[in-house]
This record gives sequence, structure tokens and C-alpha cells, in this order.
Amino acid sequence: MNHFPQAWGRPRDDVYGAYDASYLHDQNGPKAHTQSPIVTGTSVVAMKFKDGVVIATDNLASYGALARFTNVKRLRQFNTRAVLGFGGDVSDMQYLDRLLSSLSIRENYSAYASSADSADATEASAELNAKNLHTYLSKVMYKRRSDFNPLWNAILVAGLDGDGKPFLASADLLGSTFSAPSLATGFGAHLAQPMMRRVVPNEAAVANTTREMAEKAVRDAMKVLFYRDARSMDRYSIAIVSKEGGVEMMEDEQLEGQSWAFADRIRGYGTQVN
Amino acid sequence: MGSIFQGAPIPEGPGYSFRETPAVRQAPGPSSAAGERQHGFYPYTDNGGSTLGISGADFAILAGDTRSTSGYNINTRYAPKLYKIGGDAPDTPPIALSVVGFAADGAALAERLDTIVKMYRYQHGKPMGVAACAQRLSHLLYMKRFFPFYVAAILAGLDESGRGALYSYDPVGSYEREQCRAGGAAASLIMPFLDNQVNFKNQNVPGSGQGHALEPRKPYDLPRGTVEELVQDAFTSAVERHIEVGDGLQMMIITRDGIEEVYRDLKKD
Amino acid sequence: MFRNNYDNDSVTFSPQGRIFQVEYAQEAVKQGSVVVGIVSKTHAVLAALKRNAEDLSSYQKKIIPIDAHYGIALAGLASDARVLSNFMKQQSLSSRLTYDRAISLAEITARIGHRAQVNTQHYGKRPYGVGLLIAGVDAKGPHLFEFQPSGVTQEMVACGIGARSQMARTYLERNLDHFEGSSRVELVKHALRALKDSLSQGRELTVDNTSVGVAGISEDFKLYEGQDIASWLDATFENREEGEEGESMEVDT
Repeated sequence: MNHFPQAWGRPRDDVYGAYDASYLHDQNGPKAHTQSPIVTGTSVVAMKFKDGVVIATDNLASYGALARFTNVKRLRQFNTRAVLGFGGDVSDMQYLDRLLSSLSIRENYSAYASSADSADATEASAELNAKNLHTYLSKVMYKRRSDFNPLWNAILVAGLDGDGKPFLASADLLGSTFSAPSLATGFGAHLAQPMMRRVVPNEAAVANTTREMAEKAVRDAMKVLFYRDARSMDRYSIAIVSKEGGVEMMEDEQLEGQSWAFADRIRGYGTQVN
Repeated sequence: MGSIFQGAPIPEGPGYSFRETPAVRQAPGPSSAAGERQHGFYPYTDNGGSTLGISGADFAILAGDTRSTSGYNINTRYAPKLYKIGGDAPDTPPIALSVVGFAADGAALAERLDTIVKMYRYQHGKPMGVAACAQRLSHLLYMKRFFPFYVAAILAGLDESGRGALYSYDPVGSYEREQCRAGGAAASLIMPFLDNQVNFKNQNVPGSGQGHALEPRKPYDLPRGTVEELVQDAFTSAVERHIEVGDGLQMMIITRDGIEEVYRDLKKD
Repeated sequence: MFRNNYDNDSVTFSPQGRIFQVEYAQEAVKQGSVVVGIVSKTHAVLAALKRNAEDLSSYQKKIIPIDAHYGIALAGLASDARVLSNFMKQQSLSSRLTYDRAISLAEITARIGHRAQVNTQHYGKRPYGVGLLIAGVDAKGPHLFEFQPSGVTQEMVACGIGARSQMARTYLERNLDHFEGSSRVELVKHALRALKDSLSQGRELTVDNTSVGVAGISEDFKLYEGQDIASWLDATFENREEGEEGESMEVDT
């Protein structure tokens, strides 16, 4: 044993080369923050209909190209009128989950909580709605990006606003926010968004869109994403938020009606080499 | 525009597995075995869009398209770039702000200014004038000189004599009162048009003479109808030539009666 | 000078279980001029009697609008009220910025209640010498809260605090049943009558010495003073010519 404690228990330099100390937090270097996501979730897709919002994600958490965790729920119900969908880094999603849990507890013990004995509508309307939640989350995301310590996520917030109308908005790692009749993050912005925009091109079209139409469009979008997004999976979660039904969360859906007939004709790689 | 290529695949081709961004750069020199990690997070993006402001004798107009983009994607067709400042209580002088560039910074900036104007009123018992507001906005931008709000801002209101007042800003707080200004993605398309149509640049009085005797046409306060038409024309033209501009045109017309809001459709292609 | 040995600070109980400094602070509330608040199903109203220190001076500020949806009326040390109102303003703005939500009246009242309580339990601190009525409308409808220097807060249907406010409370208790269904103007009238009952003999409510604050469902809190309240005063005290010869010339048409 020499008098360099840092070398104790480590491979010898003369045999294995110099030790890579870069992972030891360098006392002189800058404080390290997230530079890239590690375990990631892919697209979140959501669209409004006349009484509410449909939102879906698959249940996969990838480690690079590896389909690492196949039963990760990336939809999170906040209360009876807000559901969140997370794309991007899964550990940051779990951090936000804890943050929202503490917010939820704080809210439910505060003056905003509806008293147990009264169940009338005005009482319930004091708790955080989807719009409040989105504002809060966007502030968290913007603060973290401004600290150069981003939460590596793209988030969709789906639910009802203060007037009980459908609400759908996005927040991402830069703190950017926007709202539209249909939204999709990641790959879904390319593949799912055009499909959903055919159903709800604008706010006026939302009023003519039924729950069934919206749910079908979202499920179809999930199928197309599974076909073409290499980081996706055929088990997914879908939630429907509406004024009447509250939140209906289905967390273990199987993609149905797939058509792989075309695969027979594909030549050149895989098992059909020529 | 540079942001378009941020999500592009890495140069080594499709063989990658764990690391999708080329984060490791081999540092020069023999001492570093593992190389140094580059900062992989860039805190800005460009959300596209364009804004425009023109002031008149007793009004000022702010306008902006409502498209929000990231790269070639359209985030949404309706994301307002115009903000009312200082609340809309009946006795507050109307002030509006347009921000274009990085939308999250724009929203944060508008919110800060709005809070400041509201607190000013609460603490002083009177509303903030547009000149004071304009200077405060400059300070807000300069305060973040070394981590700027990545926006081109235009502030519009009415000055103490009731004339239209328009102030334009760069991202770090340089500002100037002007007759008209275009900002954002299509600024370079719209500004020359405005120079010609509002300040009558390159226009001469017909038949006033030859060569140096030629008299430049003198600018005057344009009536509101003319200005509204100019705004509309500026944007329909910008939509034709710039992919980040389109979907909708939002206008705020500031008069002594308050802020009138107008929305018109633009091409969605 | 001292009433006893147990009132030098706000952290010492007397053997009878009282904290005299807090009780003295509550006396300061009774020195302030009277303020009244009432809620109906649709509105919340504050009314206050303003005093001027001398004829040459301006009148005191008694009602402070805090946020778009609520305001406060104060009785006691105005400077302490200013500290509290600044705090309330900041908390209200912060709620709107962070959640895009108007802070609930119960929440803001709880927060100042907590702040006031801290002052009664730390050596070297002094309780706030002011009582507040917090009135406005939030997501749960119109509300009125009372705040005392001790940190005690409670929700009220109607309330009066300040000098001679017992008379106002007597009026409010007698008319308690009418408030819930009252219209906006009726509620203001009740508040003004309650305020009037607290005045000493021969004094009247005038446009100069009265403030009214009103908030309603889908109506922002607004402070009314001067000529804006003349019609309310006229409507409330129609037959008040007797007993004020001097002013009757102006009041009468």
C-alpha cells in the first residue's frame, strides 16, 4: 500500500494504464449537472374532444437502444381533473412525481382542500386544475433550465381548466410552453400530430369531436408510433379526463389490430437476407 | 434557424447505441485519459414568428403572428406573442409588449414587467407611465446581460401627451423610441417595407426637381386605417416568404380608450 | 406604570394564563376607528369610518385593495397594517404567478394568522397592533375573515371591529337573517347602517369620512370613496335632515 489513498483498491497504473478519475467529482471543475438523459421514455400524445382530453404514452423506458424497463407508467394522475404524460428522462420524471406528491399533500391539507362533508361543485373547484398545474410545472422547468440544471423531460398536461373546459398544454426542459387542440412530444410530433390534426385542426373542431373519435385517433396514433418509432412498445397507457367521468386511467393496454402483412415483402435485412 | 439541426443524428451514422449525442470530445494533450465532457445542454431555442409595431398620432399598434415553431415542426398555430402590461383596470394607461425569439424567455420577461407595473401602482398609488415602463424594461433585459433573455421586444403605449409611443429593444436592453419596428424571424423582410411605407424612405415628391434638387417625401402621422392595412400587408407578404411565420395575426391597437384586440387568419401552410 | 409584572414581553404567561402584551395589542385595535364587513351569497362588503387627526390633515386609509379579488379593512396601527398588507400583496401575486390562481381568502388569512402568532411566542418581538377584516371572492365564493393581533382568525358572516364597534355588532346581530339573500346595494346599506350605529351622538357619515369596498362573484374588489358613495349614503339615510342643521343645506336639494 502506497501513500496515495486514492489509488488504494484500484487497478495499478503500470498494468492497466492511468486511472480515469473523471467521474470523481473534480474539486476544481464546475459542478456537474445533467448533460443528457439516460433512461428515456418516448412520445406522449394527447388530444382534446368536446368534453375532455385523451392522453397516451407507451409503457417503455429505454436505455439508449435497449428496451430496458417494459412496465413503466408514464402517465400520472394528479387529481380528478388533471393527468400528466412524461417523455424524456425517467429519473427526472420520478423526481417530478415526488415533487407533485408533496404539492398534492400540501394542497390537500391547506385551505384549498374541499371539506369532507360537502361534495358540491363549488367546493371542488378550489383545488388545482390542469391549468394551474401546468403553470406550476412550467415555472419549475424554466427555473431549472435557467440554473443550467434541466429536468430532461417533455411533459403534456391534460385535463380541465378553471371553467371545466378541456385543457391541454405542453412544458419542456427549456421551460417552453404552448397549447393546442392536439399535442405530441418527441417522435409523435412527426408521426402522431398530423393524424390528430386531421380530426381537430382547430379549437372550433374540438366542439364537434366526440370522445370516441378522439380515443380512436389517439389509439391509431399509438399504433403508427409503434410501427415506426424504434424506441416504442406495444403496451401502453391511455387516460381520458372529462367533466362527467373524472379520470379514467387504463394502464395496461395492448396495441390491437396490428398489420404486419407488409413485412413479408421486405427483403434485404433481418431473416430475409435476400 | 440553427436550432433546426439540434436533434439531428450524430455524424458517425446509425451504429450508435447508448449515447445519442456526441457529448465526449477528445481533449488535446496527453494528460487527459478520458477526455473532457462538453456542456450538452443549450438553454435556448428559437420559436420563430415575427412581430411588428407602428405608432401614430393618437394610437399605437402592435402585431405578431401566432405560430410557434421548433425546427420544422409547428408546436401550435395559436401562441400569442403579445402581452398586456399592468392589468386591465379601467384607469390604467394601456401598455402592451410584444416578444419574439425564445418564447419561454419572452413569457418570463412579460410576466416580470407586468408584476413590476402592478407593484408600482400599488406602492405609488398611481399608474406607471409608458416612458418609465420602457426604461424599466431596458433594465430588466440588461440585468441579465450575461445570460440574456433571447428576445426582440417592442413596447407600445401612449405618452403623457397622448401620442402613440413605441419602444424597441435588443436582447440585452439597448432601446430606442421609434415610429415603427419589425422584430423576429421575418424582421429583415418587413423592416424595409416599413421604412418605405411609414417613413417614406426612397420616396420623393414627384416633379420636385432633378438630382440634388429632388425633395424627399416628408413623413407624417398615418391614420389608423392605413396603418392597419400596412400591418396586414406586411404579414401576408412575410407568410409567403418565411416558413416560420403564419397561421394567425394578432393585433393590439392601443388608444386612449384602452387596448383593442383583433385576430385575423393567416395562411396555415 | 406597569399593571403587573407579567406584561413586559409577549412570551410570559401571567399566573392566570394570560399574555398581557397580546391583550394590550388588542386594545390598540379598539383605539382605531370602526370598520364593518358583511357577506351575502353573492357579495362581500367592507365599510369603514375614516378619521382625520386634525381638520387640516387628510383622512386615514382604512380600506386597502390587495389583489383583484379581495381587500382588507383595518382598525388599529395603520403602519402595522401596511406591513401585513405588503406581505399579503406579495403572497397574492406569487400565487397568481406560480399557479395562475387567485389565492383563496382562507389561505391568505391563515398565512397572516401564522405570522402574527410567531410574534406572540418570540422574545423581543411585539404583536401586531392591528385588527383586519379580509373580504372578497375566491373559488369558493364570497368570504369575510377577521384577523386579530393574537393570531386568531375566523370566518364571519358579518363583523365589526374598532372603537365603539359593539354598537355595529349589535346592529349586525339583529339583522343577521337578512344578509345571506341581500342584493349588492342592500348589503352596502346594511354595512353603512351598522357603521352609523357606532358613531357618537351628533356625528354623521359623509362622503369624506366613509370608505366602502365591494367585491362580488365576477366583480373585482373595488374601493369606493368621495362622490362615488354619495348615492349610497343618500339612499341609506334618506331622512337625516333632523339633527344636522349645518350640513342639511348641502345634503338637501
